[in-house]
Amino acid sequence: MSIFYHIGRYFLLLKETFSSPERLGLYWKRLLEEMDLLGLKSLGIVALLSVFMGAVVTIQTKTNMDSPLLQAWIVGFAARQSTILEFSPTIISLILAGKVGSNIAAEIGSMRVKEQIDALDIMGVNSAGYLILPKIVACMVMNPFLVIISMFLSIFGGYLAGIGTGIVSGEDYLQGIQSGFIPYHVTYALIKTVVFAFIIATVSAYQGYYTVGGTREVGVSSTRAVVYSNVVILIANYALTQLLLI
Amino acid sequence: MIEVKGLSKRFGEVQVLTDINATFNKGQVNQIIGKSGSGKSVLAKCIVGLHRPEEGQVLYEGKSFHEMEPDEKREIRQRIGMLFQGSALFDSLTVLENVMFPLRMFATMAKSEMEDRAHTCLKRVNILEKDDLFPAELSGGMQKRVGIARAIAMNPQYLFCDEPNSGLDPQTSILIDELIKEITAEFNTTTIVITHDMNSVMETGEHIVFIHEGHMWWEGTRAELLNSDNKELNEFIFASALMRQVKAAMGNKG
Repeated sequence: MSIFYHIGRYFLLLKETFSSPERLGLYWKRLLEEMDLLGLKSLGIVALLSVFMGAVVTIQTKTNMDSPLLQAWIVGFAARQSTILEFSPTIISLILAGKVGSNIAAEIGSMRVKEQIDALDIMGVNSAGYLILPKIVACMVMNPFLVIISMFLSIFGGYLAGIGTGIVSGEDYLQGIQSGFIPYHVTYALIKTVVFAFIIATVSAYQGYYTVGGTREVGVSSTRAVVYSNVVILIANYALTQLLLI
Repeated sequence: MIEVKGLSKRFGEVQVLTDINATFNKGQVNQIIGKSGSGKSVLAKCIVGLHRPEEGQVLYEGKSFHEMEPDEKREIRQRIGMLFQGSALFDSLTVLENVMFPLRMFATMAKSEMEDRAHTCLKRVNILEKDDLFPAELSGGMQKRVGIARAIAMNPQYLFCDEPNSGLDPQTSILIDELIKEITAEFNTTTIVITHDMNSVMETGEHIVFIHEGHMWWEGTRAELLNSDNKELNEFIFASALMRQVKAAMGNKG
């Protein structure tokens, strides 16, 4: 089927998703559940990845910029800039597309093949709104928190790696991460994160919602959700960077 | 009453249903029978509005479903109860929460009243003591009974059952059939059962529609079914050894 068919159907699904909900109280309960499942339960993996990501960035920066002309604090500066501008918002979003996106597509896809979505439709429930809207809101609320935590942990990981290996002193690293700080860069990172969260939730939900077949197809939808979310995130990343930084 | 007029449905190049005309009466167990792949489930999905037919109409009390405004459709759907082939219970909700689900979505009553109503429905299908279990902890027959309890929670006017006996042992199958028959009489629903189980047809079928290769091949009562001279229908109903014995016994009597 043509790409335009899928784009059209994606936007029609979004329209249905954002149409008025039946009972707001039930949506609130589902939102809290989704925030726990999609947000809090991702904290462990985000924390682990961030610490190691920061450590690697610091070591690589030092080994690639080992010139007597460069001041020692530049390592901390580069680690902070690459973490805030790119690694935390983009890499963590790509990781979340894998974890959260596959979860969303598999859950909704399973509901589709087990006829649970048909059951909702027959009851007169707006199935798209009931299932997808809380996931979108949960991702858009929780992902920025995850990314902020990731920024801190990544920079902290860089500090540990720096002083642990002796490639940079603690004082130089701390001086570097405080040098030339532009608060707008954090805003830019958070705007990107919110947009990526929307992409992860909606692209994955689309793949799950239109699953046709059985358990094998749920797996296919889950894989597609991750692949397409990643592709759309990378395209959006370029577009947002051009829009917001130039 | 539900009427189907000139309904045709195709998926891409595949014509699944062609010019189906049928009337499903109120207070009766109407059965759509046919071989696997004959189009009976697609017909049911067209009737409940999950599929939009290319041609024809589905009339609920004389009003065309597919021409209704979205609000009217939603209203009709709230009067439909459906038992799915795989029960379609929500995995993350307990039995009680599953039955309460349509009430929580649409009914304007206190939570305690909803619980009472859900308990009444569960008692009606003899599964009250399992109300705190999750669907995965229930047997197939129990899941069907919970599915029926959920379907009747909103006092439906229309009850649809898609292959209610599939995957069940004969004894449980009979219990489910009896339950459907009793609920139809009790709630005065227009009940449509999709099945290929001849035991179920002989047990509960009052008005029977036979679908063959996407066409409506035969329509009649249970008594007329056994005396029909329709070749395809006879091939279908007398495929089972049990039905051949019934036929032989009738022949001996006659």
